[in-house]
Amino acid sequence: MKISRRLFLGGTAAALTAPWVNRGFAADDITIASIYDLSGGLEIYGQPIDACLDLAVSEINEAGGLLGRQIKVQKYDPQSNIQLYTQFATEAATSLQAATLFGGITSASREAIRPILSRYQTLYFYSPLYEGGVCDRNTFLTGSTPSQTIGQLMPFAVKNFGKKVYVLAADYNYGQISAKWVRDYTAQAGGEVIAAEFFPLDVTDFSAAIQKIQREKPDVIYTLLVGGNHMSFFRQWAAAGMAGKIPIVSTSFGGGNEHIVLTPAESNGVMAAFGYFQEIKSPANEAFVKRYHGKFGDNAPYVTEHASATYNAVHHWANGVKKANSLDRMAIIEAIESGSTVAGPGGPSTIDPKTHHCATDVHIGRVKDHSFEILESFANQPPADTAAVCDLVANPNDNQQYVIQ
Amino acid sequence: MDYFLVVLLQIAGAVGNLALISVGLAVIFGMMRVINLAHGEFIMLGGFAAISSVQAGINIWLSMLVIAPLSVAMLGIVVERLVMRRLYGRMVDTMLASWGLSLLLIGLATTFFGNRVVGIAAPVGSFRIGDYSLGAYDFVLAGVVLVIFAGGYAVLRFTRAGLIARATMQNREMASSLGIEPSRVYAITFAIGSALSGLAGGLLAPISGVLPTMGVAYVAKAFITVITGGASVITGTALSSTLLGSINTVSTFVTTPVLGDVALLLAATIFLRLLPTGITGRIFKGAP
Amino acid sequence: MTFSAFSRVGGTHIALAAIAMLAAITILPGFAPLYTLINVTLYMSMGVFALSLALLWGYGGILCFGQSAFFGLGAYAYAIAAINFGDTTLAAVFAILIPALFAAGLGYFLFYGRLSDVYLGVITLTVTLILFKLINSTGGDAWRIGEARLGGFNGIPNTPLLTMPFSGIPLSPAQMFTLAAILLFATYALCKVLIVTRFGRAVIAVRENEMRAELLGYNAKRLKLAVFVISAGIAGLAGLLFATSVFVSPTMFSLSMAAQVLIWVVVGGLGTLFGPVAACFALQMATAALGKLGLVDPNIVLGLVLIVFVVFVPGGIQPALAALYNRIVSPARQSRTLEEVSR
Repeated sequence: MKISRRLFLGGTAAALTAPWVNRGFAADDITIASIYDLSGGLEIYGQPIDACLDLAVSEINEAGGLLGRQIKVQKYDPQSNIQLYTQFATEAATSLQAATLFGGITSASREAIRPILSRYQTLYFYSPLYEGGVCDRNTFLTGSTPSQTIGQLMPFAVKNFGKKVYVLAADYNYGQISAKWVRDYTAQAGGEVIAAEFFPLDVTDFSAAIQKIQREKPDVIYTLLVGGNHMSFFRQWAAAGMAGKIPIVSTSFGGGNEHIVLTPAESNGVMAAFGYFQEIKSPANEAFVKRYHGKFGDNAPYVTEHASATYNAVHHWANGVKKANSLDRMAIIEAIESGSTVAGPGGPSTIDPKTHHCATDVHIGRVKDHSFEILESFANQPPADTAAVCDLVANPNDNQQYVIQ
Repeated sequence: MDYFLVVLLQIAGAVGNLALISVGLAVIFGMMRVINLAHGEFIMLGGFAAISSVQAGINIWLSMLVIAPLSVAMLGIVVERLVMRRLYGRMVDTMLASWGLSLLLIGLATTFFGNRVVGIAAPVGSFRIGDYSLGAYDFVLAGVVLVIFAGGYAVLRFTRAGLIARATMQNREMASSLGIEPSRVYAITFAIGSALSGLAGGLLAPISGVLPTMGVAYVAKAFITVITGGASVITGTALSSTLLGSINTVSTFVTTPVLGDVALLLAATIFLRLLPTGITGRIFKGAP
Repeated sequence: MTFSAFSRVGGTHIALAAIAMLAAITILPGFAPLYTLINVTLYMSMGVFALSLALLWGYGGILCFGQSAFFGLGAYAYAIAAINFGDTTLAAVFAILIPALFAAGLGYFLFYGRLSDVYLGVITLTVTLILFKLINSTGGDAWRIGEARLGGFNGIPNTPLLTMPFSGIPLSPAQMFTLAAILLFATYALCKVLIVTRFGRAVIAVRENEMRAELLGYNAKRLKLAVFVISAGIAGLAGLLFATSVFVSPTMFSLSMAAQVLIWVVVGGLGTLFGPVAACFALQMATAALGKLGLVDPNIVLGLVLIVFVVFVPGGIQPALAALYNRIVSPARQSRTLEEVSR
């Protein structure tokens, strides 16, 4: 007499998931959820984000919490697997009833969970920099978008190095859309993109590209290469004797510890534009970095813009809760839309009510001996690319990601 | 004309690269019909071994050429002893075990090395052909690959050990009734295959990003190259790397990197369709 | 039909599965929390995927490294058709047809070229990788089929949910769960029945010894092609269910997806049907649970589990459980069978 295995499995599935619901949370804590990859390949981005989330939450808790209650974070590690993103997001929204959710690193993972969080009415914050265009009242995006960074980087490059730009980008949405922006802003600055090459995410051999670049003789190279495999470009560039011969600018270099993992001979001189660098010399940032290392030690992960934007996101949410004096989702949304500015480590971050994106400072840094030295800073850059297509004040029910032409 | 020469040299470099990452897998699969899905992670560990020993102050060439292969060979011996030994003849189970091993190694590497490991720069400089600057390191790689392949061919063809290895590969029972101990041959072969993967990792460390997940980018390409090559370990891998590497490089130069990769995959598909047991199933059949 | 005949054709297994399925769809939607339903729906869609390879590899003897190609094609076909035609029932038909047609073409290329064994597996791997790379680069707005943007790496967000036929009302999670359960059962039953038909027996004969089957008059190439196409259709169905539970993205074609389904079949038991489905459920739940624990890198745990498993449970879950069952229930009968065999 066999016990029906399917029923057994079904029952086990239900039973296995039950214990996770109220583990270790005091009855009156506010529960928020975070879904960031801490293993599986994307953890290089996920770990600093996770650390800054912790830092922000602990700061709020030490100051007395929100509405008199402490905040507790339920963390999920989707192991760089999109399927787990949707499973965890569903659980956080339905079973855990999280007050809000911070999550997603790649745009793919964000787009996988955004509809779920909309459907189950859980407020969502997406903090990494990305290609722009998301228009969704339930989502706030605190990372920089191409018009903010590329908008300043390309004029800088053309002015300082010359008119001919060669683009190397990762062959996926972020790379393709950023390349378009590079074309636009370079043209506006009087320059020209003479060639653009796109690489699959798992390419490790760049020798052909390096030779093609030498044939074209550009004045400056723009790279948007992501991930460990693409780090090989800089290694091979240096091995070919080209390090420092042609200036390189990027809006992704540094986001994955490239300047730490590559040797100075390979990385010195590369310039990047982000909304945040750990090396920014400002009182706010120095205090932040001190608190960060105080909490996590000297070997804590390098703070990237993804991470500082997450820190800002948590504080934006806290602002909203305090202003609305409640945890009701729409009340918080309206409170944030009525004005929320966080004095973040990278500069003030202000939410734009029309797009739910942030106006942030943008900085250009240059690599020197495993760290960046800041060359220029531009205050309060608005999210112009998304603003061109998205107006949530006029269309509050808009819910999609526009592909900005 | 300079550019043409440059392209030729790049092809040589790409072929060498492909051959280097495939030879370890070829030895293990060709000799023992074991699909080692942890091959990419052996390469990764070779890379980390090389980096760690350079950071401990050991000369870079020693680290890449001696320490990297030796460390991974030791790992290979342990793995063979504990796991693979029980699974010979069961190709499917070796796939599963090696996949588990690959996950385990990625997890361990992530935990212990993390993503902050500083790499090592290429130990040789560059040189110029006309307007173009090329890395001399690619030639070092190609040189090492030639030595491995020539040496391997010589060992298999002209030495007694090679004869034993090929005999065991062709017919295990017959070899054992002639007094050879197959399990010992397998153990040594697995160790050599692992050492070759580790060597590949060590040699690639200066020109690729060494991260715990780097192996994934290599295992599919290596696997496809080895299978397209066919049953002969040295000849097969050499032929398929040459063909596939050239097609990949030329397509990348002429079109885009995406299409270059697709071209490699399509070429492998067509070769296998025309020669259903790999290249050396028909051409140079029986060569070592 | 006597009971033993019924049992021999797999009738008991199908009946038990039917009972389990009916129990699940009547009990769970009422008692289980919403996200359990959604998660189990997802697992069931992967279960269908596992069944497709279990049939193809376990019974057809065709080692297909690229089963994820059909899985992904089914999902993309569904999403594109649903966005263009608006009717999800028609789109569902596409989800099964398009992979089947692709498999027909690919299979013709493969089997009539007398490819077998690992070599065939590698070609299927190259196919899924080609699809992965090509679709990854379709991020621009220009890449669209009809009204549906292919979306590149970001995939097709807001994949239309399945609707009740003719009405346009999206299925609720509980209804999706029921549908998935019924489809999983139906696929299982279909495979079970297929195996005992003349066609199925011939396919197994080809797996056992292709030359002997051909000498006996069976057209091995056509049989292999047929089972390849059927399994591709099943994988497409799985893709459709997955698309509505998660979403459609090129990672469906990736190496890790292709490897996962292979692992489920091996862990579950190559040559069985229920085993791979059970293994799929077990490994998926383990991966999700590890992601919540956050104590140790999940890869370490999973890797160790797999290694230990393959060393101590050769053959997979189902044969091991069956052996255990036999040893507990009827040790005497077992020895008698050995005697019979040795005569």
